Amino acid sequence: MIEGISIYEILTLTSILFFIGVYGFITRKNLISILISVELILNASVVNFVVINKYLYPDMLQGVFFSIFIIAVAAAETALAISIIINLYRQISSVEVKDIETMKY
Amino acid sequence: MERYIFYMVALIMIVSAIASVSSRKMLRSVIYLLFVLVSIAGIFFLIDYNFLAAVQLTVYAGGIIVLMIFSVLLVHHIEMRLEVAKVSKRILTAIACIIGIGVFVTTIYSYDFKVEGIATTTTTEDIGIGLLSFGEGGFILPFEVISVILLAAMIGAIVIAKGKRLEPNNDETL
Repeated sequence: MIEGISIYEILTLTSILFFIGVYGFITRKNLISILISVELILNASVVNFVVINKYLYPDMLQGVFFSIFIIAVAAAETALAISIIINLYRQISSVEVKDIETMKY
Repeated sequence: MERYIFYMVALIMIVSAIASVSSRKMLRSVIYLLFVLVSIAGIFFLIDYNFLAAVQLTVYAGGIIVLMIFSVLLVHHIEMRLEVAKVSKRILTAIACIIGIGVFVTTIYSYDFKVEGIATTTTTEDIGIGLLSFGEGGFILPFEVISVILLAAMIGAIVIAKGKRLEPNNDETL
């Protein structure tokens, strides 16, 4: 645990990070920007897992394992999403949300 | 000392996150996301999970950011400015997010966390043994499932990004 920092301050920090991600997810009009906002949300949840594990149950490791799984799933999701974006750009020459009306191949 | 380092890291994180979701230029937005990820790795170092910080740096800051930069360079002109939502919609969303932060923070501060005072250091060996043990509280089944998911995502990404086979334009060159 961090000297002089309580769990409340770190949870406040991750809440702010989460809602910045939600704000970007709603207001952006571009697929890659939406992906960036999703990464912010996922990272806020990872920090929450780790901090709660460290402050409340320091002799266990479950939070660390779940964080590793979240990071792996996020990496897989990003790779798939970017491949879909590149394929879409090849077919309709745009990555704006309003231009994407069909996902048919 | 650690207190001031934490405040500095938190300030960098929030400022770069706001810049990342509000910047009009695509590539800058990705670079601001890189700052956020590196400061999250800094928080992991501060609470003494060195292995997790290393994973964060290599997978996120090393892998995902490079992937995003490549995709930005493939689909965009660098000079192009993004179109953003209407001002009224942005203000409405910002107000909703601030209300959400208020609800979260009041809930957090009204709950009484039972914080354990003992500080233990976790070695990488503990994490490896926990991930590969099949006894009580072991995580070997999710570990194997995650490896299958990564393989499936890799093959799927290759197949999707390859797309249709390119037709030869003129047969004389072949």
